[in-house]
Amino acid sequence: MSVHGNDRTNDVSNLELETPETPYLDANELIINMGPQHPATHGVLRVILKLDGEKVLGTECVIGYLHRGVEKIAENRTYTMFNPYVDRMDYVAAVSNGLGYCEAVEKLMNVEAPPRAQYIRVILTELNRMASHQLWLGTHALDIGAMTPLFYTFRDREEILKIFERYCGARLTTHAFRIGGCQYETYAGFERDVKNFLTFVAPKIDEYEELLTTNRIWLERTKNVGVISAADAVALGVTGPVLRASGVQWDLRKAQPYAAYSKFDFEIPTGENGDTYDRYLVRMAEMRQSLRIIEQAVNTIPEGPIMGKVPKVIKPPVGEIYHSIEAPKGELGYFIVSDGSTQPYRLRVRPPSFVNLQALDVMVRGLLVADVIAVIGTLDIVLGEVDR
Amino acid sequence: MPNFITSYLGSTLTPGSAGSQFWALIYVLIIFTGVSVAVMAMNWLERKALAHFQIRLGPMRVGPHGLLQPIADAIKLALKEDIIPAEADQFVFWIAPLIGLLAAFTVYTVIPFGPSQAVSDMNIGVLFMLGVSSLGVLGIVVAGWASNSHYPLIGALRSSAQMVSYEVAMGLAVISAVLMTSMKSGTGTLSMIGIVQAQQEQHVWFIFQFFPLGLLAFVIFAIAMVAETNRAPFDMAEAESELTAGYHTEYSGLRWSLFMLAEYAAMISVSSIAVALWLGGWMRPFPNLLHAPAWDLIFSLFPGLTFVGLAAIAFIGTVRMPAYSFFKIQRIGLAVFAALLGFLALLLLVIAVAGRSADASVAARFNQGIGYVYWFVFKVAVFMYLFIWYRATWPRYRFDQLMKIGWKVMLPISLGVLVLTAIVGVIVS
Repeated sequence: MSVHGNDRTNDVSNLELETPETPYLDANELIINMGPQHPATHGVLRVILKLDGEKVLGTECVIGYLHRGVEKIAENRTYTMFNPYVDRMDYVAAVSNGLGYCEAVEKLMNVEAPPRAQYIRVILTELNRMASHQLWLGTHALDIGAMTPLFYTFRDREEILKIFERYCGARLTTHAFRIGGCQYETYAGFERDVKNFLTFVAPKIDEYEELLTTNRIWLERTKNVGVISAADAVALGVTGPVLRASGVQWDLRKAQPYAAYSKFDFEIPTGENGDTYDRYLVRMAEMRQSLRIIEQAVNTIPEGPIMGKVPKVIKPPVGEIYHSIEAPKGELGYFIVSDGSTQPYRLRVRPPSFVNLQALDVMVRGLLVADVIAVIGTLDIVLGEVDR
Repeated sequence: MPNFITSYLGSTLTPGSAGSQFWALIYVLIIFTGVSVAVMAMNWLERKALAHFQIRLGPMRVGPHGLLQPIADAIKLALKEDIIPAEADQFVFWIAPLIGLLAAFTVYTVIPFGPSQAVSDMNIGVLFMLGVSSLGVLGIVVAGWASNSHYPLIGALRSSAQMVSYEVAMGLAVISAVLMTSMKSGTGTLSMIGIVQAQQEQHVWFIFQFFPLGLLAFVIFAIAMVAETNRAPFDMAEAESELTAGYHTEYSGLRWSLFMLAEYAAMISVSSIAVALWLGGWMRPFPNLLHAPAWDLIFSLFPGLTFVGLAAIAFIGTVRMPAYSFFKIQRIGLAVFAALLGFLALLLLVIAVAGRSADASVAARFNQGIGYVYWFVFKVAVFMYLFIWYRATWPRYRFDQLMKIGWKVMLPISLGVLVLTAIVGVIVS
């Protein structure tokens, strides 16, 4: 299995496939293309499925339909100019992308954002985690056939986007942070808006859960579907909620605290079975934890400057750095090599979606077509990030 | 001509049974247009109700509150290019939607809108209905096969598997209702009209007969009919998120709309079966308990009052419409629509009052007929709303889980219900 580049055609001769146990029944396996134009592949993912009836014998992901060469672009832009580009990778969690990038460059330059900026970053990032999880929940439920949660989550996500819009003028690709801090001070009433949002959204999460958590059909569709063991998950480099649902308590916000996360009290929800239902529960719990973090942050946000001592022209010293953060989808890492000029010599992104996507084959073998959709949904991939 | 009409109105037989081919033809035409209009209305209602479940507005642009949307859609679909894929089996591809449509509409010949308000009173009505309505699946299977494409093929396979697992439980549930008809008279009947009349004689809707046996059979039928019509949560034959569009992926334009027409017509027809078999068909609530003339009058006012309600909703919509000049035409349109509904309401109320006497005058017969059709359609409408509600609430079952429920849960229960119904029936009578 693997994730191949776009040069792959329909040639599936080297798909590693098990030979069926009853070869005489092996009349004709069906090879179908799921995507790149398919309502449930979350963008332009193409999955070549080898089917025996409806049973999945093997899969191959073909990616690259959304490749924009972000990493190469970075080499031709200054550090400041590249900042907005990272928002276009995981476009549903643009704030997290920006945080990871800014912190990586700050680490390379050995500067630190002032405390107030750190708090603003935490609040916005956690809001964005909520938004990302809400979008995931809506589309995941839609894939499994429940239409209504999508509209509920979009209604509530709207409130988050409104806060973003008031803060920095953009809703999706926010470009909220700058290297060294934040460009904008919070607007008057920001804290009130965030607090209002917290009281608004807490019962809404119960509402989603009411629709799904104990829904018999939802349980049947998600329990024991797309199981991945902790060992497999670690071996494949899977991170984020997908890893935690398998029972591994690994969250970079705790493991390698960044921004102001060490100052807040929150838990890392984990699952046990590593199935789709556990991943659902973990993400639902994470939304509530995000609310906790935001609440603490907004109540204790310090006064002070929002921009650290950063030169006008950003020119990091020669060196290299790897910095990763816990994005909504998993570990988002930036590896930057600096040659001392104003542009990175090389920038490499470790996108969580890309790595998590590798687990698809392990998770869906032997399941049915309908489960492939459920598993793609539960992996929570964004193709903008997979292809970059 | 008036004589001709009154002679018909005096008849207590369906035109098919009375041998009146002219009236049978008229009935067929009325039902065909009626069902087509109902499908369009259902299309609009589904989009509107679903939208309101999902905190959206739904169609709002074409006509006031999107009332003309189904017509606009129909025109759009009819004008689209007629595409038959090069690799498809041309003839089969062409005929598949027609099979589905024919099956969906043929069922209406035996649906009893009233004791004489049906095309025909076939003595094997139930059998005919089950047989013909399951033919609809043939259209789906054939469409999936003829498309010569992967997704439609999987959709067709799913559909056939679905049919096999649900027809059996459905049939057994129906048989238990048929068994109940033999309770008082001693001889059961397969005629749809006969079944409703049996409920009238026994003074009980079959859903409450031998509680909870009737209820169980009804529930099984109600689940099976959702599966039969490929609706959520059993819509895996056309599961949008899995198979793009399932069996009709390769269809577009008019042919696609024929599939949709067939699907909605089938929804209405299976709901009609459920209503006729378990919910007292055309009977108004408590026809035996509350049978004083005053009650008759009150219940015969219901059709008129329903239209008064609809007119009121339309009128409120007119008043609440924004006052921009942009909405002027829509406003006038909605006002006219409200006036039309109000006129209908008035007409129905006048008929109800004029025909309140129990004699055999034209107005009385007319009044009775309207009452029958109204209560039947009202009960069917409840089912149609349920179909929308299911779709808004539930995720989709997986294909193997559906089979599991069909074979391992519903079949044993329906068998048990059948056996128990027979035993209880013998003991009671």
